[in-house]
Amino acid sequence: MTTTTAFDPGAEAARATSAILHDTLHGTDRGVVVDSPPGAGKSTLVVRAALELADAGRPLMVVAQTNAQVDDLVLRLAEKNPELPVGRLHSSDSDPYDKALDDLPNVRKSAKAADLRGTPVVLSTAAKWAHVTVDEPWRHAIVDEAYQMRSDSLLAVAGLFERALFVGDPGQLDPFAIVGSEQWAGLSYDPSGSAVSTLLAHNPGLPQHRLPVSWRLPASAAPLVSGAFYPYTPFRSGTGHGDRRLSFAVPADGSGPDRVIDEAAESGWGLLELPARHTPRTDPEAVRAVATVVRRLLDRGGAAVSERSPDPTPLTADRVAVGTAHRDQAAAVRAALAELGVSGVTVDTANRLQGREYDVTVVLHPLSGRPDATAFHLETGRLCVLASRHRHACVVVCRAGVTDLLDAYPSTEPVQLGTLVKFPDGWEANHTVLAHLAEHRVPWRP
Amino acid sequence: MSLITTLARLEAVSTGVAQPAATVRHRHLSGQPLVFVPLTTSGEAGAPLGALVGTDRDAPRLLVVPQPRDRDLRFAFLAELADVVLPYLDSYAGSVEAAERTETDPETGKRVKVEVELCADAPQLIVPGRAGIEYVRLLGRSMRFRRTAEQDPEAPYPAPPRVPLLGRWLTHFGERARVPGSSLLLAMTDLLSRHWATGQSGIEDQHLGALLAWIDPPRGSTGAAAARTAELARDTDGQLVCPPAGPATDPAFDNKLLAPAFERYDRARTALAGAEDGLQADTRLGILTAAEREIRDLVASRTRPTWDAVWRGLDLLHRLPEGARVEERWTRDRWSFTGHRDRVLAGEPPQPRRDDAVTAANKLATREREQARLDAQEALDDPLVMAGRRLSGEAFAGEVLDVVMAYGEGKRPSPRPLVTVRTEDRPQLAEGAKTYRSLGGKPQSMEFVGQEAAGVVVLRVLDKMGRGKEPEPGSVPEKGDRFTLTLFEHEQRGGAKLPDPEATPWTHGGPPGEGVPEPADAMTQEDVL
Amino acid sequence: MDKTALASALGSPSAFGQSQFALTRGNAFEAKVKADGGAELLRLVRGHLDPGAEAAERAAVPDLSAIGPEGRTARTALALREAGEAGGWTLLDHPMLALEVAGSPAFLEPDAVVVHPDGSWTVVEIKSFPMLDGSADPAKVGAAARQAAVYVLALEAVAARLDPSPRVRHDVLLVCPKDFSNLPTASAVDVRKQRAVTARQLDRLTRIEEIAGTLPAGTCFAPDLPAEQLTAAVEAVPATYAPDCLSACELAFHCRQRSRAADEVTALGRAVRAELGGLTTVEDVLSAARGESGDPADPAVAALRRAAALRAEALQGAACP
Repeated sequence: MTTTTAFDPGAEAARATSAILHDTLHGTDRGVVVDSPPGAGKSTLVVRAALELADAGRPLMVVAQTNAQVDDLVLRLAEKNPELPVGRLHSSDSDPYDKALDDLPNVRKSAKAADLRGTPVVLSTAAKWAHVTVDEPWRHAIVDEAYQMRSDSLLAVAGLFERALFVGDPGQLDPFAIVGSEQWAGLSYDPSGSAVSTLLAHNPGLPQHRLPVSWRLPASAAPLVSGAFYPYTPFRSGTGHGDRRLSFAVPADGSGPDRVIDEAAESGWGLLELPARHTPRTDPEAVRAVATVVRRLLDRGGAAVSERSPDPTPLTADRVAVGTAHRDQAAAVRAALAELGVSGVTVDTANRLQGREYDVTVVLHPLSGRPDATAFHLETGRLCVLASRHRHACVVVCRAGVTDLLDAYPSTEPVQLGTLVKFPDGWEANHTVLAHLAEHRVPWRP
Repeated sequence: MSLITTLARLEAVSTGVAQPAATVRHRHLSGQPLVFVPLTTSGEAGAPLGALVGTDRDAPRLLVVPQPRDRDLRFAFLAELADVVLPYLDSYAGSVEAAERTETDPETGKRVKVEVELCADAPQLIVPGRAGIEYVRLLGRSMRFRRTAEQDPEAPYPAPPRVPLLGRWLTHFGERARVPGSSLLLAMTDLLSRHWATGQSGIEDQHLGALLAWIDPPRGSTGAAAARTAELARDTDGQLVCPPAGPATDPAFDNKLLAPAFERYDRARTALAGAEDGLQADTRLGILTAAEREIRDLVASRTRPTWDAVWRGLDLLHRLPEGARVEERWTRDRWSFTGHRDRVLAGEPPQPRRDDAVTAANKLATREREQARLDAQEALDDPLVMAGRRLSGEAFAGEVLDVVMAYGEGKRPSPRPLVTVRTEDRPQLAEGAKTYRSLGGKPQSMEFVGQEAAGVVVLRVLDKMGRGKEPEPGSVPEKGDRFTLTLFEHEQRGGAKLPDPEATPWTHGGPPGEGVPEPADAMTQEDVL
Repeated sequence: MDKTALASALGSPSAFGQSQFALTRGNAFEAKVKADGGAELLRLVRGHLDPGAEAAERAAVPDLSAIGPEGRTARTALALREAGEAGGWTLLDHPMLALEVAGSPAFLEPDAVVVHPDGSWTVVEIKSFPMLDGSADPAKVGAAARQAAVYVLALEAVAARLDPSPRVRHDVLLVCPKDFSNLPTASAVDVRKQRAVTARQLDRLTRIEEIAGTLPAGTCFAPDLPAEQLTAAVEAVPATYAPDCLSACELAFHCRQRSRAADEVTALGRAVRAELGGLTTVEDVLSAARGESGDPADPAVAALRRAAALRAEALQGAACP
């Protein structure tokens, strides 16, 4: 394949990053918004912006959405600059932060914001920040995963800072409310909407940037993910088709799982298609197929070559993840893996896999075996998260017949006047992904 | 839908009669509810056709608009409605008890307790179905910005005096009905389908007649057959035997009966206006009165079956014992009622057309909290609801096999006994997960320590054992005790405090600015809607 | 084909039909919106979709009458071409468009299509449900958007035959009565999603020709046939009944009866099946739950038995406290 374009991913990404940092440090607007597709270096950007703001002597608060995200940022900050005093504001529940933070001498932890005042950088969750009151606001804030933050959550903390950098991935799972919120649909400040839509509706002139390069997704995955989930804001892969290679020491035994592994190693995608059948969520055959694929991935002595190192890196359990739509499916896969003697492989739902990265992922398709397609299963973000966690290859396990299922459930969503149409449509995106996967199909009757 | 509910529905199909979906009643029912069965004119927003309303099942008040396109007649209807509803509300507004509420002292900023009034009971509105609740909101919206002649002598087409006030109250009831577990305004179809599982779908359960047919089929008939009759049977005139519960009417009724009656009424009115002498006027008035009576009879004939059905539904619901925590939720409804009473008394303007950012966020937070509260309380009150939570791994019932005394670390060792529990349920317990049991109505927390064997878990009791070194008697489970533990919390924590609307941040458009009174809806010259 | 008459003949009359009050009001409203050569309508289109364009004081309103749907379709296409050449605003009142559905043309009649001065086309839908404080019933708006998306597709087919091809706007204008009045107000509705979905469905329908091919020769839905013949004819068409059909199709009560007679669990709603795996009839599910049939290793069967046991325990406990 010859792709002779003048596209230099490193230079493009650097140009975007410096423009973002310039607007953040020297701009006059109160906010800067950055869209970051999967694996485009969002955390790196957040850490770098935090360090530069701290260097410039601007007191900074960082708002993330979960405790795990906050702890991860603290660890990254400490790794980049171990000397920098960092404050970790935490809840008063038991076991409120990652124990690894206790080993970092310059990280102060407290449940009271007042104890941490004066620390150059203070990090916490949106939920915890919402309980903080200040006489004088922070000069700067960074809001991470801003597209997963609800508008009402931003309302509760926006009074704490003067200006902010908002970073997030618009393609991932939207925030939701557990009760109906139709009565506010169409209002710019719909409390159940995303923080970014409210922010931009009220401040349309804010500079908006986009990280243009995914360093995670391989050249085989970026066009599909970009086209299916980011149709109006495309991105590219940071690596070329020859830059990553996945190979196995043990040759395939001819079984479906082995063949789909080879297909995925070769092309980046593999669809292991089981015979059409309606099943409950924890379809035992599909669950066993997922577990078998994982087992074979590890048994066959996989090795990954990438731009990170010239020498092959062994494909170990910690470099493999399984993604599902439901928690009971994840539990069933974990049990099946334990039965096959596999440990150390991450198995989780799309919600919990957001922001994570692996060499190979094995995905149980959200619509596999389902007799019906609900809005939950059609949600674009869920499929996007599951299809964009891998650096090398993604194997999807699915029952045949999902295309027909989609056709039987055309989207007939109600429409609220005044709301911005969110793209793409889950129904459409599912069709696009299935059409692509069909080219890498390995039918298998277990 | 949980598998337990699905099973109940399928059993209903197979047995021909609705099956219990609850073992207790999960909503408060007033001893004296105001039942409201409105009808509306097809194709017109906010053009009521008539209603039955009242608190006496044997003597409903019939209100009719003999020509819905006539503004004066619509106003007359609304004024009559106000004459029924407002005195009913007032009868609850006057009787109060002393209560305490925590407020922020404006001077010190501290949270202090203040003594306030709380209405001793609250009114309750019952409508036939969800569309009725929507209609209450619509009526509220159509009335609350109206101007009376007293408020604004210049107002074109001034509204009768108490109509705007009724609009504010109906708006309040409509808003409160969005709060999960609230009972100020309830739809009978929601009430019944919460407590019984029929052999039909949720969509079909919206038909009050069909729903009642499943729950209480006539002797010798199955629920399915009776429901089908309720949905489709027509008399020789082509009219539905069980008219729709409204507010929409059946098109066959509109076209075949109502339209000709309106026409006769219009003709009679025109004739009366053209009367040339007293005698002619008398005769023509008689014709007009007859025409009006005909429309009244038509409206009565379409509302009375629904009216009776609502009361029958209430009878069925009263047979269920009230859930233990229903009273607590009703107290919140009383606060809601008292709060609106106070806002009206304080001369505050009607509710705005749209919530501001802070109000919207506060309402959403309240509703999410109330949903979580309702989910927890229904499960604690009702073993059938708890069964659903057990099936999904959010709760488990078990028997205590062993208790070992242990103490926590710290300067003053406090009791932290380890309890071994056997269960046949499959709770989704992660390490360190908290579980809760109800101890004298209060939640006691236990931490998941580990799994000893299949179906045997070890828990550490964390609280409710008193301050001493030895736990208070009865506070620690004993061998052989059986109880249910939940993975969800029993009580809800208050959320974060949002800024005042005047302090709305720049991200949300800044402060909304000086409140200008909402303008009344523009009135068109023509007397159509 | 008149589905209401057909349903009555099959013995399952539906509650469909329209009240003459709604009809009168709808017609009166549409007439009001289009009065004065569409002055108000064009003002709304310009205000909501094209504020930069010249004022729409004068607009061409071509006569679109012709004989038969084919004739009207051709007349509409001609008027669209001429409007683009003439420039300025043009209002096409009740144009006729054709769309190929499963190999044969279906004729469509939008309320109005407006040609902008820049040559682009906008679909206008006039509905008589109110916009109250800027919002309207989302189910009705959704239905209007899906309907408008079909018109957009049909217009795109017309546009594709012109050179240069005019742009068919993906924002349609929905015109409704404002609040409690009969004054028109409007909102732009982005129908890109509905357009994409409809395009995909139409594409698939061309393959459904095969279904038509499986019908017995001479199948004809005419309500004056005897009921058994009619039932046989209707049953030759595969239909999957779900309760959602009740609000959408005149034949739903008939299909419901068939679905219930076949003991299908989906008669209770499609969501019911979600946790039932391969079990599709009420009796299968209940007998599996009772432990009389089904493979206990099937998680659906195992879950059913647990659910049945938990339910029985709860009801028993409640009966004797």
